[in-house]
Amino acid sequence: MKNGPEPAAYEERVGSQLRNLYASYGYAPFKVCKFEPYDFYSANKSFITGDHILTFTDINGKLMALKPDVTLSIVKNYTSGQKKVYYHENVYRESRNAGEFGEIPQAGIECIGTVDKVQQAEVLSMATQSLAIISDHWILNIASMKLISALVSATGAGTEKVKALLSCLKEKNRHEIRKLTATEDRPVSLAWETLASFYGPFERIAELRDISFNSGMLEACDEMDSLAEGFSEKELSHIRIDFSIISDEAYYNGLVFKGYVEGVHTAVLSGGRYDNLAGHLGKRAQAVGFAVYLDMLNSLSARNPAGSPDVLILYGEDVPLNRVREEAGRLRREGRRVLCLPKGTPADGAYSETVEL
Amino acid sequence: MINVALPKGRLGEKVYEILESAGYGCPAIREKNRKLIFENAEAGISYFWVKPSDVAIYVERGAADIGIAGKDILIEYGPDVFELLDLGIGVCRMCVCGRADFRPDPSRPLRVATKFPNTARQYYAAKSEEIDIIHLNGSIELAPIIGLSDVIVDIVETGKTLAENGLVPLETVNPISARLIANKASGKFKYDEIQRLCMAVEAEVESRKEAEA
Repeated sequence: MKNGPEPAAYEERVGSQLRNLYASYGYAPFKVCKFEPYDFYSANKSFITGDHILTFTDINGKLMALKPDVTLSIVKNYTSGQKKVYYHENVYRESRNAGEFGEIPQAGIECIGTVDKVQQAEVLSMATQSLAIISDHWILNIASMKLISALVSATGAGTEKVKALLSCLKEKNRHEIRKLTATEDRPVSLAWETLASFYGPFERIAELRDISFNSGMLEACDEMDSLAEGFSEKELSHIRIDFSIISDEAYYNGLVFKGYVEGVHTAVLSGGRYDNLAGHLGKRAQAVGFAVYLDMLNSLSARNPAGSPDVLILYGEDVPLNRVREEAGRLRREGRRVLCLPKGTPADGAYSETVEL
Repeated sequence: MINVALPKGRLGEKVYEILESAGYGCPAIREKNRKLIFENAEAGISYFWVKPSDVAIYVERGAADIGIAGKDILIEYGPDVFELLDLGIGVCRMCVCGRADFRPDPSRPLRVATKFPNTARQYYAAKSEEIDIIHLNGSIELAPIIGLSDVIVDIVETGKTLAENGLVPLETVNPISARLIANKASGKFKYDEIQRLCMAVEAEVESRKEAEA
């Protein structure tokens, strides 16, 4: 293994490559304040992942929160025109499955102002390139909240039932959907059932058109279809339409997407079109963006150790200093990481080579 | 290769029979030895047994691509997994049970003893009823008999244990059965393999239902 120029952890190395990628698209770095008034987050709680927010009281007695999310702060900061920014920040939220708060590194981009076809295609392209930076084996899933909203509005069910249907869609739970839509008209029940099991490339959008029965659903199909032209052949082989990735329709209004890499058990990238959130925060703007969850890459970093030495030199008590220096220097010039320890020292880790002097 | 987490016990054995009949057998699993993982490379399948309540964790974290878990566990812990099939076995009900002469006292919160606090909380929240949860790990039936709670929320199969203790099911919270679940990332990277397995298992479950009918 060659010694890379950047000895930082895998997560930082990926973060640095992502920042370079986003900067190459003319996105500007954005630094977010570590904390905001608690009210700001509590008013938009359902946009934030996790139920709990880490709070503290400032010296004026005001309840503050360590930021659980970056997008909200960036949208809040937006005034007018076109804002295209990227960030690499820590957020503070409940660690997944750990039941305690954690500092979670995230990188991402936000494009706020006018989001036309070109802007959206650029964001999607950055999403696919972000995944390709992390791994050769990646999948980007795409869905349309517009199609979901059009279907929900045609479903004669109350809020609780719609909530249950959406939750079944996220679980690909066809059997439960069949029960829940038993009293709906056949086109409605068929659409829900099809979306629950649908998983395929852009070429299969015709199947979605077949089950669409109102103008909103058909428009959404056309919109999804038009996204294909923004991708290369190679990228298209990694992209699948999948409605189990849908997000909260109160905030997301169009395209939503999630990225996966082999070896990580959950999504490492999540994003979408969130004009509704911008509107919710009083901004008259269109918006699209995504975040990469760098904490989720821990399971990959074990396979890509950044800091562990390649060669261990064990030197005896009577070995001259020059001898150790020369041998270590020679190996380092070859681009290898070299750790020198006196003989008898317990050494942790696996080294591709051990040299005894 | 699909990694399957099977729940230890009678339900897991029944599920394995279905998978075996569906073409995903692994002869080594029936051998008496101390092996923990059983693999049939030809069928592209590998099995391991885990505690039933842990199946969903193995699947959610991707240690298993698919697994079989009771709906009771899925409702209680809400793991972020795909629920692909209802296997129609291990059928029972999650119920509110109490003494046959139980009458609610609306002047105070209902005391509910249960092994499933989240399920109970969700059920009563949907009815806007205030409750006092008493989280127990076993012998739940004892709680209303000795006055620790007013009712219990627990799994009812035949109702025999309840009846022997002078208790009756009062309300059904959820119908329960075994579900085939899948990890969300595996569901994408191994989509074709998992789909094939699901279709074979679904056909096997249907043919068993028809044979029973």
